[in-house]
Amino acid sequence: MLDQPEGSSLVDMRSVCRSFSKGSGEDLLVLEKVDLTIHSGKIVGLLGRSGSGKSTLLRIIAGLIAPSSGDARCRGETIKGPPNGVAMVFQSFALFPWLTVLQNVELGLEALGIDATERRTRALAAIDLIGLDGFESAYPKELSGGMRQRVGFARALVVHPDLLLMDEPFSALDVLTAETLRTDLVDLWIEGRLPIKSVLMVTHNIEEAVLMCDRILVFSSNPGRVAAEIKVDLPHPRHRLDPAFRQLVDSIYARMTQRPELKTPAVEGIHGTGVGMILQHVSSNVLSGLIETLAAPPYDGRADLPVLAGHLQLEADEIFHFGESLQLLRFAQLSEGDLVLTEAGQRFAHLETDDRKKLFAEHLINHVPVMGLIRRVLDERPSHTAPAARFRNELEDYMAEDQADETLKTIVSWGRYAELFAYDEQSELFSLENPH
Amino acid sequence: MTLQEILTPRLGQALRPNIWDAVALILVIGAMVLIVYGGEETTLPLSTLDVTPVSLDPTNLPHYALRTTMRMLLAIVCSIIFTFVYAALAAKSRRAEMVLIPLLDILQSVPILGFLTFTVVFFLNLFPGRVFGAELACVFAIFTSQAWNMTFSMYQSIRNVPKDLEEASQSFHLSGWQRFWRLDVPFAMPGLIWNTMMSMSGGWFFVVASEAITVGSTTVTLPGIGSYVALAIEKQNLRAIGYAVLTMLLVIIAYDQLLFRPLVAWADKFRFEQTASGDAPESWMLDLFRRTRALRTLTYPFAALNKAVSNLQVALPAFPRVPAGKGPPSRIADALWLALIAVSTGYAGWKAYSYLSATLGPADVFSTLGYGFVTLMRVIVLIALATLIWVPVGVWIGLRPRLAERIQPLAQFLAAFPANLAFPVFVVIIVRYGLNPNIWLSPLMILGTQWYILFNVIAGASAFPSDLREAAGSFHLKGWRWWIKVILPGIFPYYITGAITASGGSWNASIVAEVASWGDIHLTATGLGAYIARATEAGDFPRVVLGIAVMCMLVTLFNRLLWRPLYAFGERRLRLG
Repeated sequence: MLDQPEGSSLVDMRSVCRSFSKGSGEDLLVLEKVDLTIHSGKIVGLLGRSGSGKSTLLRIIAGLIAPSSGDARCRGETIKGPPNGVAMVFQSFALFPWLTVLQNVELGLEALGIDATERRTRALAAIDLIGLDGFESAYPKELSGGMRQRVGFARALVVHPDLLLMDEPFSALDVLTAETLRTDLVDLWIEGRLPIKSVLMVTHNIEEAVLMCDRILVFSSNPGRVAAEIKVDLPHPRHRLDPAFRQLVDSIYARMTQRPELKTPAVEGIHGTGVGMILQHVSSNVLSGLIETLAAPPYDGRADLPVLAGHLQLEADEIFHFGESLQLLRFAQLSEGDLVLTEAGQRFAHLETDDRKKLFAEHLINHVPVMGLIRRVLDERPSHTAPAARFRNELEDYMAEDQADETLKTIVSWGRYAELFAYDEQSELFSLENPH
Repeated sequence: MTLQEILTPRLGQALRPNIWDAVALILVIGAMVLIVYGGEETTLPLSTLDVTPVSLDPTNLPHYALRTTMRMLLAIVCSIIFTFVYAALAAKSRRAEMVLIPLLDILQSVPILGFLTFTVVFFLNLFPGRVFGAELACVFAIFTSQAWNMTFSMYQSIRNVPKDLEEASQSFHLSGWQRFWRLDVPFAMPGLIWNTMMSMSGGWFFVVASEAITVGSTTVTLPGIGSYVALAIEKQNLRAIGYAVLTMLLVIIAYDQLLFRPLVAWADKFRFEQTASGDAPESWMLDLFRRTRALRTLTYPFAALNKAVSNLQVALPAFPRVPAGKGPPSRIADALWLALIAVSTGYAGWKAYSYLSATLGPADVFSTLGYGFVTLMRVIVLIALATLIWVPVGVWIGLRPRLAERIQPLAQFLAAFPANLAFPVFVVIIVRYGLNPNIWLSPLMILGTQWYILFNVIAGASAFPSDLREAAGSFHLKGWRWWIKVILPGIFPYYITGAITASGGSWNASIVAEVASWGDIHLTATGLGAYIARATEAGDFPRVVLGIAVMCMLVTLFNRLLWRPLYAFGERRLRLG
């Protein structure tokens, strides 16, 4: 497994960009000038928020999508279509439900035209290695999530890839199952029993990255860039409670919440400014609950993000997301891996329902420009109604269609809670009338 | 472990036959003999039809049933082949899709018996003097009643293949050909089989209607249950009609039990779901087959063949859907393609116009439109009536699971039963009591298709969540309020599915339902169906074309303006879970 010299690289990416076309004809940049080299013998992690383009990067390496510009090479050859010697494990497992475990594992070998006897031998060996013995003839729907992902691993390992790509392979599993699978995989890797040379995994779970990877590339969002590279020298097996481990996790949290030098009122993670601000939906219930939790002991207005995430049993990605929504509404601040309640947030925590709505409405109008716009349009029109299409078109000038959908959904949900306006889903009409 | 170790012990055991083998073997061989026997007769000269005319002797019925069934079987095979080619082409090539999908949409609304008028002449000329030509015309009519919805289902499945499976097959280097057989086809299988079943149900109606047909001076009477009934009508023999109905019942039951139930049960493994859920469909026939040891080994070569076919290194022309990162598809090629479509459409339109305008004037168009609206009114009134009757009945049955379990197969069966076999019974009544054919022939249009409403409503009511029923009960919702607020919204999507099928079927049935006869008594109701039927009998092709065009237009408009919006509304707002 380590027979290749350090110098020869498996994957070489030079200033790779990728954009997707938006509805309005302009392009949305998802990856900006990414450089990445992967050598043999390492587990490399791509860590970032959802939507930071790390999955896109993985798919470029897998040959599933082409870069818009830049140079992507696998073993010195430009990547055109899935390269040989690269196999992938999917977040959703991507097993064929009409094939048995054995048939699923054999699929990749069949495509390579390997003869039946060898196919069977290798498939059984992979099934054996990954701990699926006895399940050969089961169909995926008969298996638990953990067993299914084991099939996903076996299917990838059986082709003996040089590079194993993993796209959030544990995030669809429950906590215990994910942990078992992680340690099993790391053990096999350490013992050199995996027929692969290196691994590239995408994750948004900070602890997972620290637990498994030798190198972590931290991605920033909008557009995706490699913001930092962290070497993890902790010896295996690593323990989550080890102080060195905790320190590393904390420092990554801090790095990911660091506010960049702001030229605009944009908030990290929330893309765009003014009316073109992309909103991601968070229920007002969740926001209220989070504010209450922050205001109450033991946090008393300031919480360490990893601790808060652990307490609320949230993924790092989710807690960032909620924190950013609070920050956008100026109910809280994210800084150095902490979430700090603002004065308005403190006030909110101690108000009754109706007063909370008023305060929420005030903050929406002041800090979310599109809310102000909708309210102004409704006030000015004699009918006090406006079709959603009017705002959707405006949003789509700045963002992709699905982002506009999400933003509109957020607008409707927050606006309803704040009683700023009513919305009729049937006619897609905003209005000032509330049913009495 | 090696390959040998796994297979040897199982193979050794597998070869020893058991009792089930005997049963299954007889079934298989019997089927083969019947197919050969039925097939031999189709190559005979056309004159044999006159030498050995259809007779009302009930002992001939098994033979007629066999011929009818063979036609069905042949048509379904053609439909499946057509489906694979057409759907794959439409799903994989953007340019083909532009033409093929709207075309399919229109073809779906063309009255099937209208096709027959042209194809009988065409196929008879293709095989002059052979029974085979007439057989093909009949098979083609059945094909047109089956293929479109199967193709739609397959096309939609291929377009909706889950993205992760698509990426997996790409990243594991499956070729386009392998991908089609390993991913697209299995994924499309459950929908395809369900639609094939629905098509079969509809097909019986048309096989019966198209066996005895007169187009102008050409009269073809193919031996089959349909011709038998046609003769019984001519001879005013009610008893013979009873025999025919009975035979049809048995044939449909056999078809369902021996072919479709096993297929559905088998296809269950293709259902795309990650968790095992609910009751899997069962089939005694499939169980029988699975229990047989020796017979199962007979299927191994088929499995091997399937594997070999799907692994063939066929270099398909790659039809990438908007290749990633390679810019938008060529504008010039698109423009050329669109120009080509426009030119051919213009040419076809001009040809059709000059053909029709040679004999028909604007007055014909208006009168045909008038007939169209009469038939449209009939369809609307009948669907409304059927709704008023079957929705309450369906809800009542559907909320009683044990009753629903027994009634549901019956309703499905009634939907498959070719209602035109029972038409004479109604005609006799109309004649005897001197009823007005304009009113009393109408119910025939919905005789066969009303069951779609019933069984869909039953399915909807059975699927209605019990917690919602309990909630309604605990809030004392009763009477009309319960119907309006609780159950009707709950079954709405199901009802719409049933009503769409029923209304489509009624349009088709109008061609045979608006004209009926009993011996030498001929009843005619005013309407588009009667118009087309009369024109067909007279061999008046321009009027047939005009009638079909008007019907096509009305059906399409009816679908677009009423059913589709309702369906979309139901899916968006009222779909539970």
